[in-house]
Parts: sequence; structure tokens; C-alpha cells
Amino acid sequence: MSTVTAQFEPRLARRRAYGAVFAGVCLFMTLVGMVVLVVLLVNVARDGGRWVSWGFLDRFPSRLTPEESGVKSALFGTLWLMFMTGAFAVPLGMAAAVYLHEYAPRNRMTRFIELNIANLAGVPSIVYGILGMTIFTRMCSLGLSVLAGAATLSLLVLPTVIIASRESLAAVPDSFRLAAYGVGATRWQTVRAHVLPAAIPGMLTGVILAMSRAIGEAAPLVVIGALMFITSIPKSPMDDFTALPIQIFNWMDEPEIIFQELAAAAIIVLLGILLPMNAVAIGIRAWQQHKKAW
Amino acid sequence: MAATQEGMVNVTADFPGTERRPSVRSVTPRPAAPDRTPSTEIVLRADHLTIRYGSFAAVRDVSLDIRAHEVTAIIGPSGCGKSTLLRAMNRMNDFVPSCAAEGRLWYRERNVYDPSCDPVELRRQIGMVFQKPNPFPKSIYRNVAWGASINGYQGRLDDLVESALKQAALWEEVKDKLHQNAYALSGGQQQRLCIARAIALQPDVLLMDEPCSALDPIATARVEDLIDQLKTRYTVVLVTHNMQQAARVSDTTAFMYIGELVEVSDTNVMFTNPHNRRTHDYITGRFG
Repeated sequence: MSTVTAQFEPRLARRRAYGAVFAGVCLFMTLVGMVVLVVLLVNVARDGGRWVSWGFLDRFPSRLTPEESGVKSALFGTLWLMFMTGAFAVPLGMAAAVYLHEYAPRNRMTRFIELNIANLAGVPSIVYGILGMTIFTRMCSLGLSVLAGAATLSLLVLPTVIIASRESLAAVPDSFRLAAYGVGATRWQTVRAHVLPAAIPGMLTGVILAMSRAIGEAAPLVVIGALMFITSIPKSPMDDFTALPIQIFNWMDEPEIIFQELAAAAIIVLLGILLPMNAVAIGIRAWQQHKKAW
Repeated sequence: MAATQEGMVNVTADFPGTERRPSVRSVTPRPAAPDRTPSTEIVLRADHLTIRYGSFAAVRDVSLDIRAHEVTAIIGPSGCGKSTLLRAMNRMNDFVPSCAAEGRLWYRERNVYDPSCDPVELRRQIGMVFQKPNPFPKSIYRNVAWGASINGYQGRLDDLVESALKQAALWEEVKDKLHQNAYALSGGQQQRLCIARAIALQPDVLLMDEPCSALDPIATARVEDLIDQLKTRYTVVLVTHNMQQAARVSDTTAFMYIGELVEVSDTNVMFTNPHNRRTHDYITGRFG
């Protein structure tokens, strides 16, 4: 007994105090982020809240009568961009992820490709804008069309979609694959019947988060030349367009206070698209974790 | 599709495009152990088989015959290569990138490692039960039926599912909940479901890789009883690190040690009078 007390000095109170301090610091850091977000939202709502109405969604922007302005062209441009970017990036990204994870031989080439995709995900969006301008606007002569914008945004989100899809495939236990091969399934039958169904909810979550990043982007669209005053909605993929982030950018640039308020109102509209998208992504993730049996 | 008296499906030529095996299907229960005559029909034959992971030889120069309608147990301490040898038999080692085989491994008249041998086709005939129960996250019914349906099964799936579940001694427990998710079953039931899934393909051989290691003693006893019944219809190769299990269920036992096959003999002989000193030491618990 005496030797035990001689060799240990537990100092429990001090150890617990360190723990409490650390927990307090972490709580403070969390609150900093939360408070900033709340202040931002309150600020935007106070500035722009009074301009948000159904009419605001249904009117075109106007320089001469700003109080009659709306975001119709920008809202439709954003929706066009979203669906077309999705149509390009989702099949491409998912297929690339399936190839890389399920089919590609594990060799240097594959690792090299994967490393580069991870690097591409970190490339600033304005660089994609320059790439899009060179390839789509100039080389393919797509000009300032929805198609050029969507193609540029697709390049931007593709690495994120591939990485998210690949991680989702990696989360499918190998025991399912072995079980399928063990009953004489081919690789495609295994992927189709067991791997994809288990991976798709996770893929969707990643896709939605990537898309919500894409539609909030202004820089690449500005670079391809979308910084224009447009009062029509695109009728086809080849039409000119504007988008909510660009409209916000445009209004912020005006000196009068009313345009600042209109920009805030447009931000509310943009958040009104983004937040539900993110909520759906979180919902899918929660549902999948709840459903997952293995 | 005519069902026989045991509710089992007739197993002739239900799968298109597979040549018929020599008739090993006549189900005559063999006499009890003491006066049994060993089957002479060789289903699988490893002939100087060496399997490497990169430069490491996990299985070294093994020659082993697996006889039809027997349970052959492969025993040995962890890392002796017994699972590697088992997984070679239906080319499941293909999924380990660095794995390579030398020598020959015959399944009836085919060399399993010959380029002309299609592993997808092979695995339909040499089924596998894994160490941890790994049902698909689907219904019980789909688990059993899927393998057959992707292999172009021509008979009625309902009959096949019932027959396979009966052979796996699971039918009575699940017949009222065939469309529930397989993960609602207990671990022992899941493992019998995995056995049913393998049986549904009407395989020639069943490979079992420590099928009871994740199960409690009662579930283990049920699976062991099942293995004993299965050998009347199938040839079973069982990897186990449980020597009592090998003694209880197998007819022939192979003892492996550090990649080499030390001794193969009749299970009774192996556990009462092993020829080799290392076998003796292992069986009596002196190492391993």
C-alpha cells in the first residue's frame, strides 16, 4: 500500500482542469463560427428582407427603376446551370469513380490519376473559368451560353464528385463483393446489384454538396464573360444567361444603397436554393446510416 | 421442374452452357465411419502447387487430393497457408493483386489456373462460405435466388430457394419472413443463409473458410451437423483452426504448417496416431 502511494501522484484535480479548459476552448471556437454565420444571416435578412417577394422572383433587373427590379433572369440562369451541370458532371463523375475503384488495376498509373484528381479538387475556381473560356467559349465557339457555363462548372465539380463517389464505393464492405464473386457473378453483375445500391446514397450526398458549391460560384462565370446585364431567360442551352452570384456581384457594384439591398435580397434567394439542397444531402446521409444493416 | 420427395429440386442441367459433370449425384448415404470405403473419385487435386503473395510463398509445393463426397478438413496454426490454399480452389485469390500461383490445381479434368479456365464459371461449381457471415443487404429470398438468377437458372426460383433453405436447415425458421432483410437474422442463421446461397447454385464442391469462427457454440453445433449432411450431395473442403471441429466433421484431415502440407490422412488416424512428429505436437496442443 505504501509503495503504491509512493509511486503514483494522480493529481486528478489538475488533469480534470486541463480537460475542462480544452473543452471550453473548443466550445468557444465552435461558437465563433456559429455567431459569425448568424450575424451574416441576420444582416442579410435585415438589408434585403423587404425586397423579397414572389414579384421579386418574377421581374427582370432594372437600372432605371430599381424598386421594380427582380432576379428572374438570374434565377432561371442558375436553375439552367444547375440541371445542365448535373447532367454533365454526375454521370461522368460517377462512372469515373466506378472505373477507378472497381475496375482499374491497382498500379502506378491509377494512383497517379487519383492523386491528380485530388489535386484538381484544390484548384481555385477562377482557374477553371480560364480553362472554360479557352476551351468552351473560344475553341468551341460556345460564346456566353448556358452550355459554356455549365461545361465550365462541370469541370469545376467533377473532381469533387469523383472523390465523393469513390469514397462512397470504398465504404461498401469487400465482403459483399467477395460474396457476389463467390456465387459466380461477373464484375459488372457485382457492381450493378450490390456495390452501386450500397454506394449511391453516399454518392448523392457528395453530388448535392458539390452542386451547391457550383451554383454559388461567381468567379468562373465572370471569367467566361457572363458579367452582363441580361433581361431575358435562356430558352435553349445556346442562349446568353446570367446567374444569381453574378446578379449579386453586379448589384453590389452599384453605388446606390437600394442596389445593396437588392443584392442582399438576391443572396436570400440563393440561400433559399442552397440550404434546402444541403438539407437534402444531410437527410440522405442520415437515412443511409439509419438503414445500413451491416 | 419436378420436385423429389424431400422437396429438393431435381438437379439435372438447370444451368445452360455448363457441361454435365460425371454422375456424382446418386445420393446413397455412405455407411458409418468404421467400415467406410474411401471414395476413389478425386474432385480436386493440387499438384506441386505454390502460391505467392509478392515474394512470400504462402503455400509451398503442396500436393493434395480432395475426394468426392467427403469432408476434407485443412488444419494448422494461423498463417500456415490453409485459407490461401482453399481460396485458390475457386480462384478467389485473384482479388489479391500480388497473388500468383505455380504448379497445377486440377478441378476434375481442368487446370483451375489454366488461362482457358473461366473463374466466373468455376465459382458456380465450386461455392464458397466465408469466415464471417456475409449475406447481401437484401431479402432472405434474394440472397438465395440471386446467384442462380444471374447464372441463367431455368427452373422455378421459388422451388430453388425453398430447397436450398431446407438443405441449409434454415427453412423452418425463415419460411414466413423470406422477404425480410437478411441482416435481421442472428449470426448463426446468417451463416446458414450463406450456405443456402452457395447450395442454390447446385455446386459440385463447397469451400468453407472457418465457417464457425464467428459463431457461438450452439450455432457452431448446428452448422457442423449441417456440414455432415451436406457431404452426401456435395464435396466439402473445410478450413478450421478448431481441431475438435476437424475431428468431429471431417473424413480426411490435412495438416499444414508454414505453407507446407505436413500430413494428410484419414481423420481417425490423424487424431489417434499421426505419422508426423509436428502433427502430433500440434494436435496434442504443444504449439499453435
